[in-house]
Amino acid sequence: MGLFSIKRGNILPGFGLSMGYTIFYLSAIVIVPLSMIFFNTVPMGWDPFVHAVTAPRVLASYRLSFSTAFLAALFDAVAGLLTAWVLVRYRFPGKQFLDALVDLPFALPTAVAGICFATLYSPVGWLGETLTKWNITIINSATGIVIALVFIGFPFVVRTIQPVLEEVEQEIEEAAHCLGATRWQTFRKILFPHLFPALLTGSTLAFARGIGEYGSVIFIAGNLPMKTEIAPLMIMSKLDQFDYAGASAVALVLLLISFSMLLVLNAIQEWQQKEYR
Amino acid sequence: MGIELQNITKKFTGYTALDNISLNVASGELVALLGPSGCGKTTLLRIIAGLELPDAGKIILENKDTTNLPPREKNVGFVFQHYALFRRLTVFENVAFGLKVLPRKERPSRTEIRDRVEHLLKMVQMEWALKRYPSQLSGGQRQRVALARALAVNPKVLLLDEPFSALDAKVRQELRRWLRKLHDEIHVTSIFVTHDQEEALELADRIVVINKGKIEQLGTPQEVYDHPANAFVYNFLGNVNVFHGRIKNGKVTLGSHHVDAPDELKHAEEKPSQAFVRPHEIGISRIRSSETDLTGTIREVRLMGGQIGLNLACEGFDHSIDAEIPRELYINLELAKGSTVFVSLNRVRVFTGDYVI
Repeated sequence: MGLFSIKRGNILPGFGLSMGYTIFYLSAIVIVPLSMIFFNTVPMGWDPFVHAVTAPRVLASYRLSFSTAFLAALFDAVAGLLTAWVLVRYRFPGKQFLDALVDLPFALPTAVAGICFATLYSPVGWLGETLTKWNITIINSATGIVIALVFIGFPFVVRTIQPVLEEVEQEIEEAAHCLGATRWQTFRKILFPHLFPALLTGSTLAFARGIGEYGSVIFIAGNLPMKTEIAPLMIMSKLDQFDYAGASAVALVLLLISFSMLLVLNAIQEWQQKEYR
Repeated sequence: MGIELQNITKKFTGYTALDNISLNVASGELVALLGPSGCGKTTLLRIIAGLELPDAGKIILENKDTTNLPPREKNVGFVFQHYALFRRLTVFENVAFGLKVLPRKERPSRTEIRDRVEHLLKMVQMEWALKRYPSQLSGGQRQRVALARALAVNPKVLLLDEPFSALDAKVRQELRRWLRKLHDEIHVTSIFVTHDQEEALELADRIVVINKGKIEQLGTPQEVYDHPANAFVYNFLGNVNVFHGRIKNGKVTLGSHHVDAPDELKHAEEKPSQAFVRPHEIGISRIRSSETDLTGTIREVRLMGGQIGLNLACEGFDHSIDAEIPRELYINLELAKGSTVFVSLNRVRVFTGDYVI
């Protein structure tokens, strides 16, 4: 009984089989490979582990990775919502082209994006030249990292909001207008709450992607110790020095923090959806 | 005057949805826009609400020209076919929405809003559902909430777009009667759109029959039903038997049969005509009562609740004739499939227009 009592009386056939497959594949693809991090770390013992993950450089990299990923996700949430809105609501020439453009960050090797940004924002680059005059540095700074992560996370937000926005019936908005609501009130009180779960999912994905992003960031970040070193880079540099246990230790902490944050965000979403379902 | 529509015209690419429609609705009246789907009735309702703009014409609500006002300034209540409730809001918040979006100066206090919403929900018999979400309600309940929501802002006019058509037959009938009762209590000028003639006949003070963007007839249910202006209206208002024939020397041919032409066609020259008889206006008897009776055989018997539907093959007629008789008569006459009966066509309506069914 308990967990598996769903099986009895469920009219959807094949629960046992499909659940079995799900667990098997999740194990094969996610759980087993990731558990290697854990098993790689265990032999090093508690004290060296603590020492490895609390080294000031490592801590700084965690702070940087999470804060830049968070800022980028926040920015993507706003920009992605707007883009999805435009793509769903309006008809204009070149719409399909724009729609395809959204997916480009998915398709591009992230290193390519990194090189593009580095060239664009370098002190002699198109944008970098002007920005340098105004004393704004993008390259070799946290701002640069955020820009790269915004680029990487953008499609997640657009693509999760788009279908939900398409689903909103025109009548809902018409009803609100007939009741005297302005466009802004209709958006704030009716549409936004409706889009919020999708927005949260999209930004969470962008955030998660941002934490793990490596290729595009290292080209623009400059990788200055304590300043612009992201956590994935810490892992890479430990690997370069054949410190496999140390790399696993840093990765394990990254994994645990990421996973618990995703859990919390999922729980928020669940709670958001539950009431009126 | 509650609603005045002057020469409303609306064209969509390829066809004219509304062709020069003028209509007056008195304050407190309940009017049905009746017509087949695609006739323009919903477009007309949406134009009144400001959800569409007419290409030409004027909309005057309570003596104020509102033709170019956006919906939110029109102060109309609109009830949608599929309820259009706000899914993320409770029933209470749905009904309160129209009050809460008022500018701060005009917005009632919290307690006033609460009282008003509770009063409205009581009126639509939904006060028990205050904290529910729309998804937890049945279709009929949702539509009642939608109605309360529309009434919350004290609309000048209430517009209902096929309000009951998404509901099942039993609930539909219940809500129909309930709406009529409610309207008698609150007397808000109302227009509802329907393609269901029964609904229009039962509910409305007046019926506007619309076809292809034009008003075919305007009148009380009684007038429209008993004196249909043309073949379309007659046909649309209920089941009919159609007889294609000719009008000649003041007589109309129906198969091998002749009936007197109506007065206005007494002296018409010879031309094709259509005669209509409603199934329930056909007399069925075992004994020949007049010379004009037809002889027929029952081909099919259908049980239709209190009525029995008969499909008859009559001598001298190419097409079968449908009749409806009370169940009691059916039993008394000891009828069955294959019985021979005498058929009298009462109340034959003759039209000569070019309308073809």
